[in-house]
This record gives sequence, structure tokens and C-alpha cells, in this order.
Amino acid sequence: MSKAPDVKHTKFYDYHVEAGGKMVPFAGYLMPVQYAGGIMQEHLHTRDKAGLFDVSHMGQVVVDGEGAAAALERLVPVDLEALAIGQQTYATFTSETGGILDDLIITRWSEHCFFLVVNAACKEQDIKHLRKHLGDLEITYLSGQSLLALQGPKAKDIIGELTPAANDLLFMNGCHTTIGGIECYVTRSGYTGEDGFEISLKDENALALADQLLAYDDVQWIGLGARDSLRLEAGLCLYGHDMNVSKSPIEAGLNWSVSRSRREGGSKPGGFLGSDQILKHLADGVAKKRVGFLIEGRAPVREGAEIVDSQGNIVGVITSGGFGPTLQIPIAMGYVDAEFCAEGTTLDALVRGKNRPMTVVKMPMVPQRYFRG
Amino acid sequence: MGETVYTKDHEWLVIVDGVATIGVTEFAQEQLGDVVFVELPEIGALLTEGDEVAVIESVKAAGEINAPINGTVVAVNETLVDEPELLNSSPEEGGWMFKVTLDEDYDISEFMNKAEYQDYIAVNA
Repeated sequence: MSKAPDVKHTKFYDYHVEAGGKMVPFAGYLMPVQYAGGIMQEHLHTRDKAGLFDVSHMGQVVVDGEGAAAALERLVPVDLEALAIGQQTYATFTSETGGILDDLIITRWSEHCFFLVVNAACKEQDIKHLRKHLGDLEITYLSGQSLLALQGPKAKDIIGELTPAANDLLFMNGCHTTIGGIECYVTRSGYTGEDGFEISLKDENALALADQLLAYDDVQWIGLGARDSLRLEAGLCLYGHDMNVSKSPIEAGLNWSVSRSRREGGSKPGGFLGSDQILKHLADGVAKKRVGFLIEGRAPVREGAEIVDSQGNIVGVITSGGFGPTLQIPIAMGYVDAEFCAEGTTLDALVRGKNRPMTVVKMPMVPQRYFRG
Repeated sequence: MGETVYTKDHEWLVIVDGVATIGVTEFAQEQLGDVVFVELPEIGALLTEGDEVAVIESVKAAGEINAPINGTVVAVNETLVDEPELLNSSPEEGGWMFKVTLDEDYDISEFMNKAEYQDYIAVNA
């Protein structure tokens, strides 16, 4: 496939093509949707061994300066002052009306310095947002930085061998370290539900690190297709699908992502964009909420399918759905009216004019295996 | 045994005694990826060329199969309901999808033979 001049590619582009990667446009980049093995094989490989993901298209941003924690707290409903150095948190950039502008991971690098990883499709908008609201701080987009994720039960043995310092990390913690002489920042995190690591490093070292990881028999490249099915089974939201600017974190079922201290009755309640609306949603509940579904039969139910109750009334819509390779059945997420959110509720999705029965289930659909010590 | 002909939508047809067996090509199954569900037409359904007649769902997406020719469905490959992965492993044999009896004056001049189809996918892949 030819590379159009306006389409970006990561440092790993040639590696992807060599591994049989089917390159598709994604958020302005040509990225591998799958490799020679196919989505099913790649998904199961990640659950069983160790999958290597090129996530260099995501935005890596450093926010630095006196008072950075308090300043960032105006944009995210989390307690960044309570974050230890090297610790990470999931967060959402909230909008003035209480919606979600993007979701991200924030790592505290030092007292006044935070490292943010944001979605590829949102990164330009996120950087503008940061610069607009945090004018006194230094906002640096790490344009020359690659990002790899190694995910799956074998990841810890491999990383432990390459850099013992990272092996002791607990889930959602990171450290500066070297792998074969290459400086990198390694975190114990990811978006597959598996134990695993994300490794941020300079572009010029990216291929050398990939070579070291790919030298292990248990490691293979995994594309965006399996990344999507893995995160879906793990009950994790995909921005632009399961959440967007018209959904609050509470509607998205991300109540846990709003720190206690930022809630009513906490030590510093509110004070972030859209906090009035979001705290109101927490206190009063919401009319519609994101839930997970197991689908009966084999037909996948996909984004956009309407959800109906037993009387045929439309009560919601599917926002993500597909076949779950680990479960070997179709699974989905969607938004439904609050009265249908309880686990065990049976509803139908409409697919090509046919009713597909499904049941509301607790998420994750496949247990998360994060390393918490 | 009739000759296999191919459509631009990557379907194949084998016509014997006015009955066409229809499926998707090796190229199509590669593009689709892992097939997890196949929706087949009803036996007796009257097909007009271009009608949506079946759906193949892979892990990543749903693909519609349109009738390549007019006719009446006389058989469907029920094995695909329980073993949709046959479409990946044997798209041009065990993974056939449905059979239709053709109108008497059927015309397959629009379709490609094997060599023409190979050229077509080489250019369009």
C-alpha cells in the first residue's frame, strides 16, 4: 500500500508491513488493523502469551511547572496532589457541560511534572485545551517519542529479564529505566485487561527495543483489531464510541474515575470543568448508563444497533460490539435507560431487522489480571 | 462439472444443469478475516441480481453478500451455521453458501473466468 503524503506513520511502519500488517488509516496514521495471524489468533495470543502493540500514534504530553497538580485538577476530576511520584491514574478531560473530551492516563514524574498519554484522534485538541487552560505551565508534546505496549501473562517474565527494575512495579506505576542500554519510561499498565507494560522511548531507539522484545518466541505484533476485542472483553471504554462529549463520566459508568476528594463531602469537591453537572449526576443518578451485554447466539451486535425492551420500545443503543474471542460469543456495550441497567436484565438488539436477545452483565466480561502485588 | 466464474464482488459461481452454487473467493475470505457468523437466505427465496442475500460477519465487521444473478434459492449450506470458520478454511469448496436455480435465459457473460479474476484481484488488491 502506498503512503499518502498527508498520512503519518510510526517508526514501526516497515516492521508492521514485514509482519503482514494490513495497514489502514486510523486517526491520521497508517496503522496495522491485523497481521498475518488474524484478529482471533492475535487476541488469544495476548491472553495466553505476550502481545506487542505499537501505540506510538497516541499523544505523549508533559505538563511541567509550579502548581501543575492543582492546575491540572481543574481539567480532570481526580486527585493529582495525592498521586505519588511514579504513580499513574486514569482520568477524563471533562467539558464545561460535564461531557468527556478525551480519556487519558496521567503519571506523576516529579513534584511539578506530569506525563500524559492521550488518544491519537484527540491529541491536537487536547494540547490546545491544555494550553488554553494552563497558560502558566509548560506543555510539551513529545513528538519524537514512540510508545510500545507489551501485554499478556508472559510480559512480566520478559520485562523482568530485560529490566529487573520494572518487574517490581505494581499496576499503574512506572519508572525510568534502561533496556539493553536504551533509556525508557516503563509503566505497568495497558488497555487489554492483562498484566502488562507500556514503554515510552525516543524514536531513534524504537526499532532496537522492538528487536529485543520480538526476539522472544512468546512475543508477536498485535493489531488494532485485537486491541479492540481485548479492551471490549475487559469492559474498557473506547473514546468516540463508548464515550464522547455528550456523555458524562457517570453516564459512562466511570464513577470510579472521579476521586473521592473531588466529590461532594470530599476535601476539595468540584472545581473541575463541568463539575456541577457531574456531581449532580453522582448525587441524583443518571437517566441513561453504559452497561455490558452478552449476546445469545453467534451473530455479533455492533455499534449503532438499537436496543429494545420486550414491548419493542427503543430503550438504548449499542456503542461497541463484536465477537469476544476469549469468550467465543458476541459481546457488546451500550447505553440504556436506567431502569434496564440491572445485571440480568434481558433486552433485544435489532440487527438487520432481527431481534437478537441479550443480557446485561457485569463488566469486565473477561476478568482483568492486573498485577496489584 | 461446470466452469467456475467470478464476480467483481469476489463471489464464485459453478453452474451445473441450470443450478448455480455460490460462495465467496479465497481473496474475499482473506479480506474478511476470521468469520464468526453467517446469515443465509431462506430456501425458496426469489433473488434479483443485486439483492442482499446473505451476511458474513467476521470478528471485525459485517459483510453483505449480494445476489450475483437472478434465481430461486434451492439449498443453503447449513454447516456454516455451526462452523462459520469453514468460510476461511475452505471458501471455494466446503464453505459454499447457497444454490439457486437460474432463469432459463440466464446470462453469465458479465462474469470473469479464473484467469480474468486473478488479473482483477492483482489490480484491485
